Amino acid sequence: MSKNSIMPGFRPALGFTLIYLSLVVLIPLSTLVFESFKLNWEDYVQIITNRRVLSSFRVSFSTALVAALIASFFGFIVAWVLVRYSFYGKRFFHALIDFPFALPTAVAGIVLATIFQPSGFLGKLLIDMFGVQVAFKPLGIVMALIFISIPFVVRTVEPVLLEFESAMEEAGASLGATRWQVFIKIIFPNVFPALLTGFALAFARGVGEYGSVIFIAGNIPYVSEIAPLLIVTKLEQFDIQGATAIALTMLIVSFVLLLLINLLQFWVRKRSGQL
Amino acid sequence: MSILLTDISKNFGSFSALEHVNLEVPEGELVALLGPSGCGKTTLLRIIAGLEHADKGRVLISGEDKTAQSVSQRGIGFVFQHYALFRHMTVFENVAFGLRVKPRRDRPNNNVITKKVHALLELVQLDFLHDRYPDQLSGGQRQRIALARALAVEPSVLLLDEPFGALDASVRKDLRQWLRNLHHDLNVTSIFVTHDQEEAMEVASQVVVLNHGRIEQQGSPSDIYDHPANAFVSRFIGQTNIFDLDEHDADWLQTAGILNPRTEGKIAHVRPHDILVEKSNSGYAASATVKDWQHLGALIRLELVKNDSNGSTAPVFAEMPNDQFKQLKLHRGDKVDLRIRQAHWFH
Repeated sequence: MSKNSIMPGFRPALGFTLIYLSLVVLIPLSTLVFESFKLNWEDYVQIITNRRVLSSFRVSFSTALVAALIASFFGFIVAWVLVRYSFYGKRFFHALIDFPFALPTAVAGIVLATIFQPSGFLGKLLIDMFGVQVAFKPLGIVMALIFISIPFVVRTVEPVLLEFESAMEEAGASLGATRWQVFIKIIFPNVFPALLTGFALAFARGVGEYGSVIFIAGNIPYVSEIAPLLIVTKLEQFDIQGATAIALTMLIVSFVLLLLINLLQFWVRKRSGQL
Repeated sequence: MSILLTDISKNFGSFSALEHVNLEVPEGELVALLGPSGCGKTTLLRIIAGLEHADKGRVLISGEDKTAQSVSQRGIGFVFQHYALFRHMTVFENVAFGLRVKPRRDRPNNNVITKKVHALLELVQLDFLHDRYPDQLSGGQRQRIALARALAVEPSVLLLDEPFGALDASVRKDLRQWLRNLHHDLNVTSIFVTHDQEEAMEVASQVVVLNHGRIEQQGSPSDIYDHPANAFVSRFIGQTNIFDLDEHDADWLQTAGILNPRTEGKIAHVRPHDILVEKSNSGYAASATVKDWQHLGALIRLELVKNDSNGSTAPVFAEMPNDQFKQLKLHRGDKVDLRIRQAHWFH
């Protein structure tokens, strides 16, 4: 930014941003890193490669990934319907989307656990009809994470669909493309970067989610125990260094994954001329 | 291919966009749909394309009833006002799109597509931009790519919605000429929509004037200019001075050389170039005072005020060649005599 820019306040704004980021993000996270330095490398590796810890990582990241994929698919459909069609009660549904944002996650967790447990309303139905048990399994975690992360997808895809120039669709149709071809070749590529952002947000939220998951998960070690729960367990046992080791590892893995998603997004945008 | 529209009507809610429109476009013509904004010209174009469906009436393209067909089946080429290029595709892929979405049995192979797309890009003189994205092009370039894209599927009819509307004046002038030449070379029946009468007159071989959802007149540019069918067309095409006999312009018109045959109408429309201006030398010609003038290039437009005790004070516009204006050596406030060569009469 040049010194003669017409927009004033570059220095105070940058200063504010840096202070804010330091206080809220950088200092807490670096404390985490420094705290883990109290461990030596062997101890760290030993904590991390513990079988129970490893399986909790596997559960956390795989359920978050699956949930983010499913949430992206259905979130896209929800956003599509909300943007493209007008129907009775649309405003109500619109408001409903944000509900998981506002609801205390523990409340969501308890409600989901209640209806999906084997004796619960939906849980019983699923077991009777398909023989599928949801609660106390990774499937239950996925369920809870979908609930939590769908609004991220809907709210990132929606504005892009709203802005989408309908003349592009008409142009496609006038050139002989079928509706399906118009969707696949014209609409979807234009919405895809936004969908990727929604996916990344959903995934990030899912990896760290705690409150809504622990009730429905059942927290069975090696099966449905998530990494955040393990951190809390270790903290309750005053094993602060064990907790920081797991936390740091999650931090690094999440960071790398988000970086990869961002790179993918960059590549998609560049390839489609949006950069 | 010829286009035939019979008794087309279209309503948007309670607003009637088109009322009983009948239109025939012979094969190979370049037709302008001309009218003020909101007259239904774009709706009519979109109905021909199949992007909009008429409430009533039929659309026939080369004798075939296309009324029930969707836009993707009609085999038309449509150029959108804001180009509607696919922004996530290169210029090349934009033009190739229509060929790539053909059903597998009709789809040309990749070599044929490549050859054809480059040929089209050369036709619009933009082959050097084939790997760019639409966002990297200027307005005029985008317009030509949009045209190439529409031509790729070898449409039976080419439809253009305000093709020059979003371009600046000099680019627009070039593109008009270019479109005319292109049409001459390809000879595909084309219809374009415009609100700019100058553009319609310059580019089209046939002009259709629309107003309030009805066709006011259809004909060649010279037909429309020299023989306007009604007062609306006369006012809309070119500039016109309007004299109303009921507003005491009768005597003044008579002294300017125009008799008032009330049988033909009581409102006279006079083109500015049909008014001859001379320095005042006698008392009996219709006289006026020079108020101001504007340079229109080769022509000068004089703004005059009638010296008429009981008439209106509306200005009268007269046009003359630049040379003649210089010879007259007029100043603001000079008295001049006017002689009117001809007038169109309307009721």
